Amino acid sequence: MSLLEIKNLHASVNGNEILKGIDLTVNPGEVHSIMGPNGSGKSTLAQVLARRESYNVTAGAISFAGKDLLGMKPEEAACEGLFMAFQYPVEIPGISNAYFLRAALNAIRKYRGEDEMDAMDFLPLLKEKMRMLEMDERFLNRPVNEGFSGGEKKRNEIVQMAVLEPRLAVLDETDSGLDIDALKIVAKGVNAMRSKERSMVLVTHYQRLLDYIVPDFVHVLVNGRIVKSGGPELALELEQKGYSWTEGQLAGARR
Amino acid sequence: MITTTQAPEKYLETFEQSRARSGSQPRWLQSLRQKAFERFSDLGFPTTHDEDWRFTNVSAVSGTEFELAQPAILGMERPEPVQFPLFNKACRLTFINGFFVKELSHIGSLPAGVIVGSLAEQIASLPESVEGHLGRYLNIERDAFAALNTAFIEDGIYIEVPAGTVVDIPVYAAFLTVPGGAPPMNHPRSLIVAGESSKLTIVEDYMSYDEEGVSFSNAATELIAGDNANVEHYMIVREGESSYNFSTLRIQQGRNANVATHSLLLSGALVRNNVHPVLAGEGSECLINGLFMANGRQHMDNYMLVEHASPHCNSRQFYNGVLNGNSHGVFHGRIIVHKDAQKTDAKQTNRNLLLSDDAQIDTKPQLEIYADDVKCTHGATIGQVDENALFYLRSRGLDEASARHVLLLAFANECLDRMNCEAIRDGLKRLVVKALPEQARHTGERREVAERNLEEVG
Repeated sequence: MSLLEIKNLHASVNGNEILKGIDLTVNPGEVHSIMGPNGSGKSTLAQVLARRESYNVTAGAISFAGKDLLGMKPEEAACEGLFMAFQYPVEIPGISNAYFLRAALNAIRKYRGEDEMDAMDFLPLLKEKMRMLEMDERFLNRPVNEGFSGGEKKRNEIVQMAVLEPRLAVLDETDSGLDIDALKIVAKGVNAMRSKERSMVLVTHYQRLLDYIVPDFVHVLVNGRIVKSGGPELALELEQKGYSWTEGQLAGARR
Repeated sequence: MITTTQAPEKYLETFEQSRARSGSQPRWLQSLRQKAFERFSDLGFPTTHDEDWRFTNVSAVSGTEFELAQPAILGMERPEPVQFPLFNKACRLTFINGFFVKELSHIGSLPAGVIVGSLAEQIASLPESVEGHLGRYLNIERDAFAALNTAFIEDGIYIEVPAGTVVDIPVYAAFLTVPGGAPPMNHPRSLIVAGESSKLTIVEDYMSYDEEGVSFSNAATELIAGDNANVEHYMIVREGESSYNFSTLRIQQGRNANVATHSLLLSGALVRNNVHPVLAGEGSECLINGLFMANGRQHMDNYMLVEHASPHCNSRQFYNGVLNGNSHGVFHGRIIVHKDAQKTDAKQTNRNLLLSDDAQIDTKPQLEIYADDVKCTHGATIGQVDENALFYLRSRGLDEASARHVLLLAFANECLDRMNCEAIRDGLKRLVVKALPEQARHTGERREVAERNLEEVG
């Protein structure tokens, strides 16, 4: 059974239709990359998957692990195993990274009927994941994302993903704003989490990320529709020809 | 709109009662009190026409006939709130209706020369130690409540720390108002003198024994921080639903003195929190930090008056407000930079969260700068819980109520984390967490969530 199945998804923000009929199937263990120019609807798709309420789904259906994702609140989707790494991680002054992440993990464990994890068990787990992302231990007690550099924020997202161990990770432009060293660290963290059961959707503007995280499938999103799908070689083709190439194809398809 | 009310006759009667029962006070104090009462009678209670009281209507206080609260009733049940386990190790003072109660206090062992206890006892035993300071700093000309407090000086905290002495355990003073027949009032007056290069931590905690009865507590504290002294002051107000709590903290700072004052206002029908530091000595520093959380029909007014009187002084004001229900918050941040106070660095930030449509906040910066080489900044924000942050937390699995709770706690922590004394900070965090579900009632928060978080915080 597929893990994620999107059928004819239409979504609008403030009355503007952004997604105009998306179909996408992601099976367990698969890594899909969604590429597209600015404004094509990539981030909207990620936000809809994470159940952001300001994004209004006007038609279509999404099934996640056999359940109706569109009927879920953000926290329910998270507890069911969906994780989105934010393009712009939010700063929360006054709450430490460790407190925040343990509260999140325990909320998910509780939902699944598991025992909550106490601080004694949690800290070693968190420290291990932070080491994997080469984050200093001082980030444990720093307020969530506050005063972090762009790269530190993105690494912190992957630390969260590693702790929460989702079934489906949606990475929304995790590569943007990263220098090459930070990108390699993030990619290493993401690759370490690839498994037969875990699926990923990488939303990105640039092909560069895919040099380090090689996807199984690449989809090109233009103007709210997937105009082309293929293997990793499609990303390279895009890199050479630019997005105008696919836009031309879309125009051709319309004619 | 009410008009100026002269001091009602009732106050003359209670003033005479108070004077009669403290007849042994020295003449200088009696005349200070007399003068203050006359000043109070001239001023009358302020009205909302008065700029300093524009957002706070005191007619509930001026219209109530209060009786002078009586000294502690012996044999009464031990009041629960005084058992404050966090401060077991602290030097503990208990005041009931403004009077020191020895049986409920524990001074413990203090460094040589340090005096901690009752102002009334100090006046009785060594009046000359008090005379040089008491009433010297608090301005009774401007503020009717300060005048009223001075007119009724009987008892309160007295602390004297000799030069170079470090008091490393906090001094914790609980002020408890216990009802009598008619609504009681008390006017605790405290004097804290920290000598040169000394160090002291002091907590004032105001509570009502009767959660529902009407009472009026009108406190004033003069805190003198000598040259190079380091003083941390905490003010906690957690009065009953119908209690009025007015207080003024007047701080006088010497050269290079470093003072931090933290206010935590958690409950009370009408709370007015005046903080008035004067940075009189060159190079002195003051942190004015506060958190106020109002609910229901509560009214909490914070009036800051920060006076820079010498060069190279530094003041930081940070006040966070959380307003829910029909509550009304006020932040008035006044900074005066006197002519000689060059190189002043003054900063003021007031952040507010409005949790309901009917809650209200008035925030007003007021800068008066008479020097020409200064840095003064101020900023205020009013908003709701950040939707982005809320979504971020929910996307990690926290339900909406828990996410709101975490964000409110985070907002409160901004202030709590500025507190230096860990034991006090942890205790106050617990109080804040307990108060949060009240705050989040509008969002359908359940107590269960709060209790779980309490453990996590603790």
